[in-house]
Amino acid sequence: MSPLYSIYKREFTSYFVTPVAYVFIVIFLFLTGIFTFYIGAFFETNQADLEPFFRFHPWLYLFLIPAISMRLWSDERKSGTIELLMTLPVSITDAVIGKYLAAWSFTAVALALTFPMWITVNYLGSPDNTVILASYIGSLIMAGGFLAIGSCISALTKSQVVSFVISVVICFMFILSGFPMVLDIFQSWAPQAVLDAIASFSFLTHFTSIKKGVIDIRDVVYFSALIIFWLYVNVVVIEAKKAS
Amino acid sequence: MPVTIKVKSLTKSFGPIHAVRGVSFDVHHGEVLGFLGPNGAGKSTTMKMITGFLEPTSGTVEVNGFDVQENPIDVKRSIGYLPEGAPAYGEMTVKSFLNFIADVRQLTGSNRQKRIDEVVDIINIKHVIDQSIETLSKGFKRRVGIAQAILHDPSVLILDEPTDGLDPNQKHEVRNLIKEMSEDKAIVISTHILEEVDAVCSRSIIIASGELLFDGTPTELIAKSDRGDIEHAFRLITTSSADENRETAAP
Repeated sequence: MSPLYSIYKREFTSYFVTPVAYVFIVIFLFLTGIFTFYIGAFFETNQADLEPFFRFHPWLYLFLIPAISMRLWSDERKSGTIELLMTLPVSITDAVIGKYLAAWSFTAVALALTFPMWITVNYLGSPDNTVILASYIGSLIMAGGFLAIGSCISALTKSQVVSFVISVVICFMFILSGFPMVLDIFQSWAPQAVLDAIASFSFLTHFTSIKKGVIDIRDVVYFSALIIFWLYVNVVVIEAKKAS
Repeated sequence: MPVTIKVKSLTKSFGPIHAVRGVSFDVHHGEVLGFLGPNGAGKSTTMKMITGFLEPTSGTVEVNGFDVQENPIDVKRSIGYLPEGAPAYGEMTVKSFLNFIADVRQLTGSNRQKRIDEVVDIINIKHVIDQSIETLSKGFKRRVGIAQAILHDPSVLILDEPTDGLDPNQKHEVRNLIKEMSEDKAIVISTHILEEVDAVCSRSIIIASGELLFDGTPTELIAKSDRGDIEHAFRLITTSSADENRETAAP
């Protein structure tokens, strides 16, 4: 068994030995239901698709993903187990990726448990299931983006609360980076090229086509690059702060 | 006896604080080295540098011929380490924790379960094996930490205060365990308990304010005191250096 897989396995099972996993999954399912049926007006739109369901995923992830990622490294630093982990024959990169993939798999489980939504829409009409599948994949990739940010931030602090709050703020900026509230900060001094670059970071923009079932290679590249970047910073942060 | 750990002019500073200043020593196969010194003397910092958790500001550490900075994974493979306070994943049961360590240490085949059973037996943690670690008493947590460190039968053992928080009987057991294992390993332990040095160590080192002040057998250490008392010898060595430092600091 490779060290990366051992780390992954330990982290993944640790979600389920504490109530964290169950609380998270229940809240996630409950909220997706509320958003889809009440705010998304699933029935009133009279369309056999899951757009009202996927539309709110960025906003759910904004709060729920930092709740998963906040303990990834903060807890490890607070309890001192990081010293144990970093003196086992495991590279920091393996540890970061292993823990990240565990959190991502856990998110995948929560997302997969929304399957009654899919059954409902198939019972009521005949939706395009390939579109739904593509949206699910896209949503999972976006969740991966949020998680990479959260994992990196949790390495910066020993406090899970601080980790949660900062992750939410940074994720929020990534969601809205195409919108005036973020762009206005840069408008007065940054050149147009920078503004365009910042605007293109928006999770919402990249998720727009995804939630319609179109997986554009550019969106996939965007999220992959984002994940790799944040995990790389994560490794650097652990290297620098593991002992402090 | 071959040299297993080679520490050469090891230095560590945290900003303006010099935690360890130019410490050098060797540990040979079959030796039990006792690390002594007041609190904050740099014992744990030195151990953290040997195990590759901290990077030295300068100086080198070699374990079984591997440089800890060039081949950290090889060094970590040959070391068993009990960090200060015996940190462990509290939500895991003792069994799943040891299985995790066995996974990461890549113990495989029939040897794996045999070794886990063996260690559980030696350390005497059989009846708590299904309990989660956070529910264990301090003594048992420490024992789980030791079990974790010796699981892969390492040739080098680094134990940071292995008997801290144990009751007298448990202390006795751990000391015996260390003595039994010492034949085919190089062992470094840190301790505050001076009698422990006499009981288990074949050599002792005293570090105070980051500097190595004494390196010799426990008998030689006791000989430093005219009263033949190890505590007196310790105080003599560590306090006189503090006085010297004070003198040099205020010319």
